[in-house]
Amino acid sequence: MSKKDSNSSTKKLNISQDRRAFLQKGTLAAMALALGTDIIHAASMPEGYIPVMLPADFDPMKGKSEGMIIRNEKPWNVEPAPHLLNDAITPFSSIFIRNNGLIPEDVDAAKWTLTIGGESVVKEKTYTLEELKKKFKSYTYQLTLECGGNGRAGFYPPASGNQWEEGAVYCSEWTGVRLKDVLADVGIKPDAVYVGYYGTDKHLNGDPNKVVISRGAPMAKALQDETLLAFQLNGKDIPLQHGYPLRLVCGGWPASVSGKWLNKLVVRNQVHDGEKMMGDAYRVPKYPVAPGDKVPDEDMKIIESMPVKSIITYPKSGAMFSTSRKLSVQGHAWAGENEVSAMEVSTDFGATWKKCSLKKPVNRLAWQQWSIELSFPQAGYYEIWAKATDDQGISQPMVIPGWNPKGYLNNACHRIAVKVS
Amino acid sequence: MSKSHERNPSSTQKEKRKLFDGLIKSVAGLVAVVVILIGLVLLLVFQPEISARLSTFTSEESTENPQPLTDFSTELVDGKDVETGLLAGDGLELVKAHCTACHSSALILQNRFTREGWHEKIVWMQETQGLWPLGENESIILDYLAANYAPEAPRGRRVPLTDIEWYELKE
Repeated sequence: MSKKDSNSSTKKLNISQDRRAFLQKGTLAAMALALGTDIIHAASMPEGYIPVMLPADFDPMKGKSEGMIIRNEKPWNVEPAPHLLNDAITPFSSIFIRNNGLIPEDVDAAKWTLTIGGESVVKEKTYTLEELKKKFKSYTYQLTLECGGNGRAGFYPPASGNQWEEGAVYCSEWTGVRLKDVLADVGIKPDAVYVGYYGTDKHLNGDPNKVVISRGAPMAKALQDETLLAFQLNGKDIPLQHGYPLRLVCGGWPASVSGKWLNKLVVRNQVHDGEKMMGDAYRVPKYPVAPGDKVPDEDMKIIESMPVKSIITYPKSGAMFSTSRKLSVQGHAWAGENEVSAMEVSTDFGATWKKCSLKKPVNRLAWQQWSIELSFPQAGYYEIWAKATDDQGISQPMVIPGWNPKGYLNNACHRIAVKVS
Repeated sequence: MSKSHERNPSSTQKEKRKLFDGLIKSVAGLVAVVVILIGLVLLLVFQPEISARLSTFTSEESTENPQPLTDFSTELVDGKDVETGLLAGDGLELVKAHCTACHSSALILQNRFTREGWHEKIVWMQETQGLWPLGENESIILDYLAANYAPEAPRGRRVPLTDIEWYELKE
């Protein structure tokens, strides 16, 4: 159905209501109703976007689910629809793709090395991939990685960048060595403040010397047990578009901290000042600002732990069923460095909330599964809203949270529509 | 006799007094009526809202033969018509002639519809409210309304859910 068609059909449904209301002097309300319908369809997004590919190119969409939404193909940025994220451990097919530059296609794992340097190492040291695997103990964790800009599409005034909706988040199983073990082997000076990464992705403008992205984390995060130099995702070599053959993985922080195609780590005696660390990149205002405000760079702070959030992964939005059915609703919840302690859903736009059953995380920084059975004795249109609360007592907002210039950290409640007949 | 004679003049005097009283009363009544009438005229002159209200009452009663408005002035200040507050643009005169003949411009000003939506309002007014056929002016009026009073981009803090693909939930 085209945008125009759907527009006219809903229009027709409203005419009879409009007439009656008009006669009852309820004109304003009726027109607001009609206006509301207009707004819905004015906001329609194009669908079924087919990317143009050169045959020689690596195809990052190969093996990905059909319901993936391509936000950009140069650089590649792709997210799944929420219902594709129903698994506790996200399969490769549903993992979002986020790139600032071009995916490197000349990767030779056999010759791959990782150099650890910077002002705050005792002596720069280089490891081959094999050395890393042999010399250090391997660990496996399920780690939640969410794009800092996930949900950006919800901000008004609109923030520029990939207009992520709900799907730029996943929790897969990463296997690798602990960064802290490797750093202990290298030797770190007491003045160490931050680690920064470098990868082999190529800049969009083709300049081979231009760094695409080089972000990082403070020492406290770098030295956590769960911070890995990972070489496996879900028990297999990391797929190329997700960082093959080596990736820094820092669960619970913006996914951009988890540097892909990792070949160099620097231990800094200052906050790392690499590409996309400065200015307004992956930063939010230090204080609340009005929507649309200009915020000077010096008033922006680096995003660290991601906020509490949840997603409804079953059913897919748009489910129609009968009043006799008990609907099982499922999803995940996560809270950056913290744990989610309560999960609730509402079917009346937040007037009342029902407590869901909530699993403990498999390990720290893994997302948690929640579920609830709902009955709908009254037929009609419902929205199911999901709200998580973390162990600090902080909940998700129902409206869009504080506006920020780059549209980060939108952790507003996810909601789906269902129709009961 | 004499008594009656004596009575006579006194009775005629009384009658005269009665007549006089009656005359004074009727004159006073007339004066009062005139004063009230003058007052009303003055009121209508100096309180034009009242006369306007009166004329709307009459025009509302005679909706059988409505006519497009002809006696209006169009003065534009800051891109808006002073008389109605409608935005300047091609078709403004026609909108004033055909729409504000029956209802105020507020019905337009407070609403936002697509061209199709505005058309539905016109059809409804023609079917139920006695709006006359607009002929070739209709498309000019619709163009004006669609261009100047179109739906705005959503700006709520949670806009309505959109693009819901409804499906029967099976398993």
